[in-house]
Amino acid sequence: MKTSLKFLVALVLAIAALPAAAALNVFACEPEWAALAQELGGDKVSVYSATTALQDPHRIEARPSLIARIRSADLLICSGSELEIGWLPLLLTQSGNSKIQLGTPGYLEASQYVAKLEIPKVVDRALGDIHPGGNPHIHTDPRNISKLAAVLEERLTQLDPANAGTYHSRAKAFLDRWQAAIARWEKEAAPLRGVPVVVHHKAFSYFINWTGMREVASLEPKPGIPPTPSHLAELLDQMKSQPAKVIVYSSYNSPQAAQFLSERSKIPTVMLPFTVGGTERAKDLVGFFDDMIGRLLGVVK
Amino acid sequence: MYGKATTALAIAAALGLPEAVKAQSQDELKALREQVRQLDKRVQDAETTAQQAAVQASNRPTGESAMNPAVSLILNGIYSNLSQDPKTYKINGFVPSNGEVAPPPRGLSLGESELAITANADHMFRGTGIFSVSPENEIEVEEAYIQTLALSYGFTIKAGRFFSSVGYQNQIHAHAWDFTDAPLVMKAFLGNQLSDDGIQLKWVAPTPFYLDLGAEAGRGKSFPAGPDGGRNKNGVSSGNFFAHVGGDFGTGTAWQVGASLLTTSPQDRLYDDVDSTGTPVTNSITGTTRLWVLDGILKWAPNFNPTETYFKVQGEYFRRKESGDLTFDTAGVLGTQTGGYSSAQSGWYLQGVYQFVPMWRVGYRYDRLDAGTTSIGLVDSGALAAADFPILAKYNPTRQTVMMDWSPSEFSRVRLQYAQDKARSDAKDNQVFLQYIVSLGAHGGHKF
Repeated sequence: MKTSLKFLVALVLAIAALPAAAALNVFACEPEWAALAQELGGDKVSVYSATTALQDPHRIEARPSLIARIRSADLLICSGSELEIGWLPLLLTQSGNSKIQLGTPGYLEASQYVAKLEIPKVVDRALGDIHPGGNPHIHTDPRNISKLAAVLEERLTQLDPANAGTYHSRAKAFLDRWQAAIARWEKEAAPLRGVPVVVHHKAFSYFINWTGMREVASLEPKPGIPPTPSHLAELLDQMKSQPAKVIVYSSYNSPQAAQFLSERSKIPTVMLPFTVGGTERAKDLVGFFDDMIGRLLGVVK
Repeated sequence: MYGKATTALAIAAALGLPEAVKAQSQDELKALREQVRQLDKRVQDAETTAQQAAVQASNRPTGESAMNPAVSLILNGIYSNLSQDPKTYKINGFVPSNGEVAPPPRGLSLGESELAITANADHMFRGTGIFSVSPENEIEVEEAYIQTLALSYGFTIKAGRFFSSVGYQNQIHAHAWDFTDAPLVMKAFLGNQLSDDGIQLKWVAPTPFYLDLGAEAGRGKSFPAGPDGGRNKNGVSSGNFFAHVGGDFGTGTAWQVGASLLTTSPQDRLYDDVDSTGTPVTNSITGTTRLWVLDGILKWAPNFNPTETYFKVQGEYFRRKESGDLTFDTAGVLGTQTGGYSSAQSGWYLQGVYQFVPMWRVGYRYDRLDAGTTSIGLVDSGALAAADFPILAKYNPTRQTVMMDWSPSEFSRVRLQYAQDKARSDAKDNQVFLQYIVSLGAHGGHKF
């Protein structure tokens, strides 16, 4: 017993003494924030994304591998607005990491820095899995990405002042490229203005708001509740009297419900990348918006 | 609105006046109009944004209730159809654990209602209180603990009453179990579910895969410690050591395996039995207990996205060694006698749950206990007969369970379960349960 205890203590000390990696460890809840942190941090940061574009960020399990990653994080960046309520609090309490707890500079909730849409007037679970703070999928409006780039630059500088210069110049370069891209996208997306759209989940509300599209229905009868046959039948009736131009679902949704409605209403479907990594073309933030607009124009024109 | 456009026009005109005077052509006038239109739009946009911000700011909660902790309430009810009387429930071959191991009463009944309150106390501590109200109107503190937030290097300390990290399922609240009832190993070795008053130190290693090590020191207030309520002594009466390793395989499989060792020294741990003539007696055990548990869980979902479909398999192996003294008839009705006692017993279960379409899951579980070897000094010496300890007569209980459940949302579940329970050596119990579990209030996540 005593030797094994000594061995244990030795093991613990040996692992604890492992040289800490030089780069700042960034734990991003979603790939868009991972991509942004990579743009701004370059080789000064080591970025890990807890989820991919093929996962529903509402429904993530606090897996052991995620606890292992958050344990060594210096900065946490998440969408917030209760998007990660089912798993992030568990990761935080189990992390044993004081650097990224709520209220520390290492804790960054993106949705706090932008104006949110769809803030519910009434908060009740009978309305589905709603977010009292408003729609959390803020990353689908590129203007929100610009805001967060500025916030993130500030945080990186605060946590790692030695590399402030790098963060500043990279952020400036990114924002210059980004503003130019937004101007280009706004021109390209002009034909989308006023186009009626059916969404699977309210995942693209900010994109729809930005491009001036019109969301007329969602396949989910209530937020977070999977599509039901009766709700789809109602939608079919609605589409007969007021047809939408396109049915949109995201990279993590099953296409079944969208295809069901499409076949019967003859309205085309489009799969949109939910975030960076959702499609081959959406390999970074610019590609993400290029692909979303490109895919929509493909059916709307 | 018109006023703003006019202002914008005026500004634009002022800025562009020298050119405007020169500009006679229609084209330039058009360009100017476009500029005005854009300026006007910008003003409007700015105003909308400001309004939105104002609305959001005004929506922030104020007043005393803003600091209220997260509160959730779990409600559950059950219909049970049992071929055997649950009041006669026993697990033959094993010392009774005095826990709530029997199935719920026959017919309709209310399950335990569970009230959970949790919040960060301050920047150092997080507090959690979970209280259950039994259908008999008794309130029980299931868990009440504080947990550190500000320790670094992967350390966390928990203090208070909490479910022990012995094995896998013991730490999970009953409402989150995949079957209505606990595995037989938990019923036989942990008195259904072990919660103790104590302190836990846990360390998560800075490795790319998951590794934790931990130790718990406890009061030993219930089985397998004893007596009920804990011993009247200073220091620590129960210890538990655990380690877990976990990670991902590929892009859809998450796994974790664990080992734990629970040691305690029960003193006068009572249990009820009958002697060879059928007279009820109360016996007691004093000695030491060591319980080893190996556990494993594997969950698969395409791309780690469990929305459509997922599969999970979970199993635990328990092995317990007890030694000390066994006292027959502590009340002295038939004559109190004490002799040596030792046992080496084990058990395991394996279960699989499959969500085949959204909302619907099916599951199967197999339970088995191995009575192993038990030696009773009073029997070996001839002072008493083996028939005077009928509950300890060698028998290997088994159980098979199937279930199907439907969860219209994350917050509600309706489950139908059928089990063939051979915990009793003399009768097979066919159990049918129809159960609902709903959760109100704060979201609350579930541990892996």
